[in-house]
Amino acid sequence: MTAKELRDKLAPLQEKQGYLFNADETYTMPLLESLLVNKERYGYMACPCRLASGVYEKDKDVICPCVYRAPDVEEYGACFCALYVSKEYQDGGIERKTVPERRPPEKLLEALEASMGS
Amino acid sequence: MPSTKIKFWGLSTCIHCEKAKRFLDDHGYAYDLTYVDRLTGDERTQTIAEIKKHNASLSFPTILVGDKVVVGFNESELKTVLGI
Repeated sequence: MTAKELRDKLAPLQEKQGYLFNADETYTMPLLESLLVNKERYGYMACPCRLASGVYEKDKDVICPCVYRAPDVEEYGACFCALYVSKEYQDGGIERKTVPERRPPEKLLEALEASMGS
Repeated sequence: MPSTKIKFWGLSTCIHCEKAKRFLDDHGYAYDLTYVDRLTGDERTQTIAEIKKHNASLSFPTILVGDKVVVGFNESELKTVLGI
């Protein structure tokens, strides 16, 4: 699958939930390509902007679309990667700024420990 | 070329890392780049421990400019710490 095919497949499903792909393709296309890289690496589309452990159960919260997308888009208009955005963000009604990491660091450390133990 | 010592921890799949890297390239800075997602074993463990000292949330990119840390691709903050 190509990044473009992935976008075309996901866009209508995500739009129904109120999430748009970032219209800035310098974000969207490399991120979709990275999702495909992670699918190949781990067997699932782990968030490309986070360090995945490779242990599915421990990475579940960061499999795209991650569980942090809703609160991030709600608060900042964009998810952590800025792959998914709100309509208001797309239309320029929200200031674009760096979205801070919402995932508790303990979760990442726990995942990394599990990957080292396996 | 500016001589500020810059350490850069990133992920090879991360767009913010890519944008930050391009920013430094465009401004002529040299940096010591580590793609943490490509590390394994002890090297990975040690690198993560080092990043944690500078950025407790272990997010990427984590950029160390001298003794100042910039987390994420934050252009204005990078400019401030680089003095440009």
